[in-house]
Amino acid sequence: MNYASYIALIPLLPLVSFLVLGIGGRGRFKQSAGWIATFLLAVSAGLALFTAYQYFLVEGKIDGVYPTLTVLQHDWLRFSPSVSINIGMVIDPLSVMMLVVVTMVSFMVHLFSLGYMRGEERFSTYYAFLGLFTFSMLGLVVSSNIFQIYIFWELVGVSSYLLIGFYYQKPSAVAAAKKAFIVTRFADLGFLVGILILGFNGNTLDFNTLIQRLTDPQSPYLIGMTTSSFLGISMISWALVLVFVGGAGKSAMFPLHIWLPDAMEGPTPVSALIHAATMVVAGVFLVARMFPLFYVNHLSLQVVTWVGAASALFAALIACTQTDIKRVLAYSTMSQIGYMMFALGVSGYGGEAGLGYTGSLFHLFTHAFFKSLLFLGAGAIIHMVHSNEMKDMGGLRKYMPITHITFLVACLAIAGVPPFAGFFSKEEILLAAYEHNPAVYYLGLITSGITAFYMFRLYFNIFWNKPTEVHAHGEGTLSMKIPLIVLALATISVGFLPFSQYLSSDNRGFESHLHLGFSVAPVLIGLAGIGLAFLFYFKQNDRAAKVSGSLGALYKAAYHKFYIDEIYLFVTKKILFNLVGRPAAWIDRNIIDGLMNGIAVTTAELSNAIKGIQSGRVQQYALYFFGGVLALAVLFIFFW
Amino acid sequence: MTASQIIFYLISAFILGSGLLAMTTRKIFRSAIWLLFSLIGVAALYFWLEVEFIAAVQIVVYVGGIVVLIIFSIFLTQQSGVLMAKAPRMRVIFSTLSVVFGFALTYLLIYKNSFPGSGRPFEWSMQKIGTQMLNTGPQGYALPFEVVSMLLLAAMIGCIVIALKSKPEQK
Amino acid sequence: MNEIPVSHILFVSTALFFIGTYGLFTRRNMITMLMAVELILNSVNINFVVFNKYLYPEQLDGLFFTIIIITIAAAEAAVAIAIIINLYRSHKSIDVEEATEMKY
Repeated sequence: MNYASYIALIPLLPLVSFLVLGIGGRGRFKQSAGWIATFLLAVSAGLALFTAYQYFLVEGKIDGVYPTLTVLQHDWLRFSPSVSINIGMVIDPLSVMMLVVVTMVSFMVHLFSLGYMRGEERFSTYYAFLGLFTFSMLGLVVSSNIFQIYIFWELVGVSSYLLIGFYYQKPSAVAAAKKAFIVTRFADLGFLVGILILGFNGNTLDFNTLIQRLTDPQSPYLIGMTTSSFLGISMISWALVLVFVGGAGKSAMFPLHIWLPDAMEGPTPVSALIHAATMVVAGVFLVARMFPLFYVNHLSLQVVTWVGAASALFAALIACTQTDIKRVLAYSTMSQIGYMMFALGVSGYGGEAGLGYTGSLFHLFTHAFFKSLLFLGAGAIIHMVHSNEMKDMGGLRKYMPITHITFLVACLAIAGVPPFAGFFSKEEILLAAYEHNPAVYYLGLITSGITAFYMFRLYFNIFWNKPTEVHAHGEGTLSMKIPLIVLALATISVGFLPFSQYLSSDNRGFESHLHLGFSVAPVLIGLAGIGLAFLFYFKQNDRAAKVSGSLGALYKAAYHKFYIDEIYLFVTKKILFNLVGRPAAWIDRNIIDGLMNGIAVTTAELSNAIKGIQSGRVQQYALYFFGGVLALAVLFIFFW
Repeated sequence: MTASQIIFYLISAFILGSGLLAMTTRKIFRSAIWLLFSLIGVAALYFWLEVEFIAAVQIVVYVGGIVVLIIFSIFLTQQSGVLMAKAPRMRVIFSTLSVVFGFALTYLLIYKNSFPGSGRPFEWSMQKIGTQMLNTGPQGYALPFEVVSMLLLAAMIGCIVIALKSKPEQK
Repeated sequence: MNEIPVSHILFVSTALFFIGTYGLFTRRNMITMLMAVELILNSVNINFVVFNKYLYPEQLDGLFFTIIIITIAAAEAAVAIAIIINLYRSHKSIDVEEATEMKY
């Protein structure tokens, strides 16, 4: 089957949507912008599903391996005979899976936004940006070349910036957009340096060639990179850690996570698309894409593991204390991405040993559905009560039954309750961690319990607890309900997919088994979390306040997000501004400006001094002139 | 010392003396009269040089035209009997210095180049002047003649325009 | 006639020239400045005639230049006096020290 005939359409249709709406959105397509974009995305999503069907079920394995196909390859920018930046599309299990996730979630968000964003002044601009984002994200996941990933990586960052700052009249939104942009750009610097090191030492930018060259212990490239070192750490470790820094920035891993909670200033469907399901998992995708490289380098894999595990626990603790429902979800996202990261970190390579890899991507897949469902549900709630704060909600189950049920499904999924999707993926991750790194396993287990607790804290606070007066105007339009229902169905069903058959570290697939005995502990701890949340929040009571009071400092620290923002502010304001900025400003003001002003002042004073010559007295001029003539005469006659 | 020589030195002394007085006296009307004398002296020098035509032109144009014009403008602009203002002392000192220096330099050059005369007789006639002046041939001066006529015309129009009183309604 | 060296006649013209220059520098009245210019022009005329007569007696170019200079002097005097009258009208004076608007 020739994929090339239609696969390029998958990313290009959102681009068309962006161009058409970007150019004509304000005039011609003002009314129909949403439907145009949604239709194009529907086609795109259909094509992605069709591709997945073709790839996994019709074509299937060749010699027991899912083939890696380069369907398009265009030589774009050639530096040397061996190194060039190509624009291409690669089809392998990972990119096909990502295509399905991105197009599906994007389609749902497009559909949901029809109702949610209705009546917005910049409605068509919103859809244009969504198109740009979807295009960039799809371009990213099918990249054949590490530099192509970087290009789309930045494009994704730009569209994220545009969408976070969509309500640009709000100063907080502008600040959040800037923060997201700057923090991720800071991380991308590491990514770029990593790319350059890899490209320089591997003498190629192409993924497959790079992986071939740098995993074979006999290859001169790998030997060159392991023997040369900088600050006592080998070149390959540096390169991979720097690449991971880029991924960590995009995926909001500790300590580069500070932009994600603020990014919730954007419209809620955008949070669902970008900051829950797709863009933030780009870091996971990147590590997965380069997993063979990470696997042979123990150090970088350790970094991935511990950063992931730390982020997971850290974000979960903060999530328990936040009151803004979108921020809770944001920290929850961060926590779940931490899960995916450490799952990659504890994974082996090939066959059953690659369980962590499969689990990580399985979790990415399921998380995309239930987290976007949570966000869209939160969007529907916010649409109804016009507030992000939990204290303004309560007892909403009567007013919005569909949202209630779907939200409950998503919460059960993320808490790891069987038979919902999150259960299966989390089980695989914890199993992999248990086999490879018990410390991480226990961290994961605790996090899982906390996750269940804060998710149900959220759920009870919104839908039960105290009754609230709501000026009910219905649950929202049909176009808002359909995505919720579809995503809820997906959340229930995708867990049963034989995911490990399709996606594994060596693309061969394996049979994963459900270890019932092993699942007991995670499920129990999840249920314990739910029970605790039930006790605290099901009915209005002061148990939670008492407990948080007794925890004292820890609660306070978590409430203030462990003061990470303050630390950053301290570093930037106090250290950078005062120690670097002030002297630089002083030099600029006094030395550089002084030099320039000095030139001007000298000129002015000189002219002041000699302007007396221009006295306006004709005879004086004549005298000067005559003296000059005489001097020249003497000069020419006697001294020439 | 022949009579011719004596006459030359007398004429020279007259020219320089009256010129110097014209430039130093503080009464403007006298200054003009001394100028008149100096110009007549120059005309006399031309007579002594036996170029009577130039001498005649000198008298007609300078003495009869320019000096009269100057005297008219003195009448128009000055009150009689008022002494002219002195120049600043520094100006006088520097002017004297530069003039003396310039004179010394120039005369040094003249002295070094003693200009021996060719000894050939100088022959001219009104006819030769007239023919060559209006000739368009290789030695002809028809073009400068025409250019000077244009200049005179331009000067005439220019004088009228400059001296014209601007109309009151334009103000 | 030949007894007078050319340099003596040139002495007269040079002296006249510098007397005129001196007047031009020191006289503040515009009419007397004009007179100084006339003296300078006359000294130049003398030079032309003398050089023509003693050095190039076959030619008449010196005389032509003299005639042209006299003509131009007349035109110049006329223009200068027009300017003087205009200046007098606007400043009620023809002292150049009082017409110093065109300074820095």
